[in-house]
Amino acid sequence: MTRVPVDHERNQHIINNPKYAELTSKRNAFSITLSVITLVIYFGFIFVIAYHKEILSAQLFEGSVTTVGLPVGVLIILSAILLTGIYVRRANSEFDDLNREIIKEAHE
Amino acid sequence: MSRFLCILAALLLASYGTAFAVDAPVQIQDQGTNSEALIMFVLFVGITLGITKWAAGRTKTTKDFYTAGGGITAFQNSLAIAGDYMSAASFLGISSLVYVSGYDGLIYSVGFLVGWPVILFLIAERLRNLGRFTFAEVAAYRLSHGPVRTFAAIGSLTVVIFYLIAQMVGAGQLIKLMFDMDYAYAVIMVGVLMIVYVTFGGMVATTWVQIVKACLLLTGATIIAIGVMSEYNFSFEALFAKAVEVHPKHLAIMGPGTLVSNPIEAISLGIGLIFGTAGLPHILMRFFTVPDAKAARKSVFYATGFIGYFYILTFIIGFGAITLVSTNPDYVLKLGDIALKGGNNMAAIHLSHAIGGDLFKGFISAVAFATILAVVSGLALAGASAIAHDLYANVFKKDMASEADEMRVSKYASLGLGITAVVLGIAFEKQNVAYMVGLAFAVAASGNFPVLLMSLFWKGLTTRGAVWGGYVGLGVAVLLTILGPTVWKDTLHMGDPLFPFKNPALFSMPFAFIFGWLMSVTDKSECAELDKAGFESQKVRSETGLGAEAAAVH
Repeated sequence: MTRVPVDHERNQHIINNPKYAELTSKRNAFSITLSVITLVIYFGFIFVIAYHKEILSAQLFEGSVTTVGLPVGVLIILSAILLTGIYVRRANSEFDDLNREIIKEAHE
Repeated sequence: MSRFLCILAALLLASYGTAFAVDAPVQIQDQGTNSEALIMFVLFVGITLGITKWAAGRTKTTKDFYTAGGGITAFQNSLAIAGDYMSAASFLGISSLVYVSGYDGLIYSVGFLVGWPVILFLIAERLRNLGRFTFAEVAAYRLSHGPVRTFAAIGSLTVVIFYLIAQMVGAGQLIKLMFDMDYAYAVIMVGVLMIVYVTFGGMVATTWVQIVKACLLLTGATIIAIGVMSEYNFSFEALFAKAVEVHPKHLAIMGPGTLVSNPIEAISLGIGLIFGTAGLPHILMRFFTVPDAKAARKSVFYATGFIGYFYILTFIIGFGAITLVSTNPDYVLKLGDIALKGGNNMAAIHLSHAIGGDLFKGFISAVAFATILAVVSGLALAGASAIAHDLYANVFKKDMASEADEMRVSKYASLGLGITAVVLGIAFEKQNVAYMVGLAFAVAASGNFPVLLMSLFWKGLTTRGAVWGGYVGLGVAVLLTILGPTVWKDTLHMGDPLFPFKNPALFSMPFAFIFGWLMSVTDKSECAELDKAGFESQKVRSETGLGAEAAAVH
């Protein structure tokens, strides 16, 4: 039965660091919020398709062949890109800065 | 090594030559098209064999072999990820779906894309921080490695095999159609090239072949889309108006149609697509090829951008095919009906001919083929790492295998997988394999993903829970697919399906979570205590990456 060896002392040191609690709570809250937004957008779209197709099949403007569903579909694609961008921006700056401090303090 | 590659290249050319000589007399009208496609294809194979030779020189250790030494940049990795995802099935399949059903094709694209943000938010950086080569290591991180990695390896191999069958059969049919080559020859050629890329070039070659192909595919699809739009002065309204006029379903193609008629089916499909993506081993392994969590995140962002852009292009391509291909007697079986010569999956290929003539069609055909080659190579590498790194080195040799031994096994595993893929590709020639990709996603969503998620986020998960949850989820997904309409009714012709839905994920995924939970909370063993005790340190490493730096240093 193999397991990864653990440096308990260092881990405890990190867990006791208030910055670690700050990082994990902030980052997890952020990723869960964004995940929920993503899933609500997507399953909202699926629910409309399942129960109210006519909303998406409506004309985009008077006399147009283009329907409301087209910009909606494209916007959902763009929202996926946008949401990942928002996460990466904050994670690679704010969260990574905090993380660097935690690691630095762990080695002290 | 280099001599081997030369001989191989010569053999491939020779086999092409023979295949053409044999088929030439019957296929006179397509000769011109084929030679252009052939030249471009040979060019692609030449370049990729060159890459493989270069990569072979840089593949010395298992780390090089599985993860390209962790030295792939975020941007390169994003192209490779996008390349893995933009398979021939998405390019030809989704554009054909749009061609046949219009708006419904977009629903699929959206579902395929939405998995990516979820992977980023929940999985990507934790995976990078905890694992070295395979997602199995991450799932088993604080659990007993033997049983959990055995499960994860079996889950990976199941996904890889189903995916490979779909790709091989698709490859054989496509090549047969485009190059007039015998189906079996085509499948063997794909298998041989895949084995060469993977065994000699490992992850370095697999990644660069994927990058080259992703660039070619994005370029090709962009040119087709611009070609379509320029016919309509870049007015979407004009394009859609023409499509509505000529398509037999008329205005119905502009809104959701019958494809997603049943709400439960739609939700089940969505769950399978979103969470399946997060359980695909050949996608997850790409997060180990970048230096750190930061690069892992960035690669998902860029990849989501590329994939989203690509899906918008396939939508334009599908509509372009409605207006420019379905109205042309050269491409349709009979005017007034949209059924295409060579099958509806040829929509994008015919469209490339309508836009750029023989030369461009040759280019797009070669790109489609390159796509298949690159995707099967990624799959084979994922399968080989599950066999060599998880099953052989960890489970069988208890982590005592030497580097050289593991390398050797991984190469044999690639060879074995290549041969298996060829055999299955030939065996399934006459079968409808469209459900195989769906099955791969369902298994990934119901077996691999729940175990990974619970292991990362739920302290209470024990080894027993992970193993039970994983196998039950995997088994139920396979069982419900077999009992469902696509296999039971359409493939086996056994009458009415015993399970009414095509997509099982909504039902099979909860099984994994319920069994994972139940078998964990009732687990009073000593092992369970150790499993739970390891959660804190796993969390520290997954959140901070501390301890993972060593794995990232080249």
